[in-house]
Parts: sequence; structure tokens; C-alpha cells
Amino acid sequence: MTADFLLSRYPYILIALLFGIGLYGMTVKRNLMKKVIGMTIFQTSIYLFFIQGATKQGATIPVLDPEMGSSPELYINPLPQVIVLTAIVVGVAITGVALSLILVLHRRYGTLDEVELLRRMRESA
Amino acid sequence: MTSRFESVFLFVVARAMVPLIQVFAFYVITHGHYSPGGGFQGGVMLAASIILLRVSMGDESYERFPREAGIVIAGFGALAFALLGFMSMLFGGNFLEYALAVPGMGADELRYWGIFFAEVFIGFLVWGALVAIYDALETGGVE
Amino acid sequence: MKLFAIILIGILAGFVIWGTNDLPERGDPGSPASTGVSTYYIENAYTDSKTPNMVTAVLADYRGFDTFGEAVVVVAAGLSCLLILLRRRRREDGTEGGLFSQADAEKAARMAAGKGLYGDDT
Repeated sequence: MTADFLLSRYPYILIALLFGIGLYGMTVKRNLMKKVIGMTIFQTSIYLFFIQGATKQGATIPVLDPEMGSSPELYINPLPQVIVLTAIVVGVAITGVALSLILVLHRRYGTLDEVELLRRMRESA
Repeated sequence: MTSRFESVFLFVVARAMVPLIQVFAFYVITHGHYSPGGGFQGGVMLAASIILLRVSMGDESYERFPREAGIVIAGFGALAFALLGFMSMLFGGNFLEYALAVPGMGADELRYWGIFFAEVFIGFLVWGALVAIYDALETGGVE
Repeated sequence: MKLFAIILIGILAGFVIWGTNDLPERGDPGSPASTGVSTYYIENAYTDSKTPNMVTAVLADYRGFDTFGEAVVVVAAGLSCLLILLRRRRREDGTEGGLFSQADAEKAARMAAGKGLYGDDT
């Protein structure tokens, strides 16, 4: 049963591993820069989850080959690929916004440590 | 701001690679119909070529590609894509439905060219937005 | 505290793995995701729009409005980066300065040479 589970669902285990690493970076690490890195790893796990749901055994990439015909079993699912394609670019844009906010915070308070940052914010308020 | 990193190899190799990256990026954008690719991927490659210029040439690259140009290109792409989409609403269709009839063109061919222009505009948009993000981050913020 | 967080995240990841029991197997052609609307895209992308690449057809035609929303998000992110980091200010003679100025550049170079952004390790 365990071997079956591993063979048919190993991508989910790797995705859950990335999920855990990303969550760890986002919640436990105190440096905001590392939180952003954790967020990126978390996003990657979501992309992989979508993409692996698109696979079909024995299917090829979703570019129509006229000799093969257009039977749905022959091509992998194009829909998750579209969603992930746009999500990756949006993820880069989100990372850019997060980095610019971090730059502003670092310039104003001189630190990126979460606890220290909150302390300095309270002091200056 | 960033002074050029003083390495003649980096400078020469980057100068040789940038046009090749850009030509390949335009190939990726315009051949999105037939091969893996399209506006998002090609736009990211165009932005990467500009960022390579920025990293290797420093201040000189602002003469080739001004810093204000990034967000202008992104805005042009978004506006053109929006116009392309809403234009078809003026003719009674839905967003990007191309209800207008062009003589000598079937509905499928009209959608083909609609996809082509949509991809080109998305490419411009992603190119400009990523360059704008890089340029904004590169300043380190203004006091 | 840190150990507690690691254990908690481990339990959460374990729950995620346990939850995959109900998900379809990898590469199953009969999974719900593969039998829904995507079959329409695969069968009709070429006849509808003469585009062999179904990803492009879905991206820019069938789900064009979705893509438009994503595109607006990307442009808004670029704009907000500029708005957060740059402030247009008046030059000394009263004219409007550009978005980017030389003084900002020098300040950024000083900052980059001084304190690192990657310090304050925990």
C-alpha cells in the first residue's frame, strides 16, 4: 500500500515538501528578505501542483500535430499551463513590489529583522 | 548609478548577446501560434536583455534605453490590449470576440490575427513592466 | 519556539500528503481536471482559431479576459514599484524633475556600499 502510494503520488509528496519549506521561511524566519524567498518557494509549490495535475500518461505537449488528430487523450491539459504561465509573471511582479516595500522599510528603520522593526516602529510612532 | 563593472569580457559578451536575445525573443513572441512561446515568455526575454544591458554597461545603457521608457512601454501594451479587447465590444461581441466582419477573412482567421496582436501587446506589457520594476529597485529608493 | 513551528509545519505538510489520497493518480487521463472543459479546448482550438498551440489559443482567445486581468495586475505592480520607490520632486529652479534623478543614484550607491540588505540573520 505504501509502495503504491509512493509510486502514484510521489509528486504530491515533493510538492508538500516545498510547501513546508516555503511556509517555514514565511513564518519562522525573522528577516523580511528571507520571508520573500520563502514566499517564492511557496508559490513554486503551487505552480508545480497545478502543472502536475495537467499530465496524462502517454500524452504529448498541447501543440496540435495534424497527423495525430485532436483526441483529448493525446495532449496534456492546456488549461493549468495557461494559469501557471500567467501566475509566474504575476509572481515576479509581486516579488518586485515586496522588494520595493522592503527597500523602503530598510531605508526608514535601518533593519529587516521583524521584531527589531516592530520595536523601532513603536519607538518612532 | 551603477558604474560599469570593469570587465572587458563581460562588456563584449553582453554586447554580442543582447541583440541575439532580442531577436530570439521576437521569434518566441511571433511564433506563439506554432511552438511553445508567446507574449509572456518573449516579454520576459526582452526584459532580460535590457537588464543585461543595465548590468553590463551601467550608466551608458540609459542612453540606449531610458529609464522612463519601461513603464511607458508597459502602459502602451496594456492600453493596446484593452483597446483590442473592447474594440470587439463596440461591434456587438464579447471581449476579444471579433464580431466585426473583415472581407476576405473567415472567423477563424480573424481570431488568428487577434491572438497574434494580443500576444504582441502582452509581450510589450511584460517587457516594460519588468524593466520598470528593475529600474525602480535599482535606484534603491528616494529619500 | 522554533522547534514547535517546525513540528507544526511538519504536521501540516503531513496533512497535505494525507489529503492527496483523494486526488487522482499522476498521469491519469480520466481525472476530473482532464475531462472537463479542457477537452473542448483540445478538440476545437485549431478549427476555431487556426492555432495549433492550444496554450496560446486558451491564453489569448478563450480566456482573454482572464489574461487581460493578469496583464493589468502586472502593469499595476510595475507602477506601484515606481510609486513606492520614486518621488517626483521639484528642481531648485522650480521646474518639475524627472522620475529618476542623479542624486538618488548616488544615494543608492552609497547605501549599497554601506549596510548590507542581507544582514540581521536569525
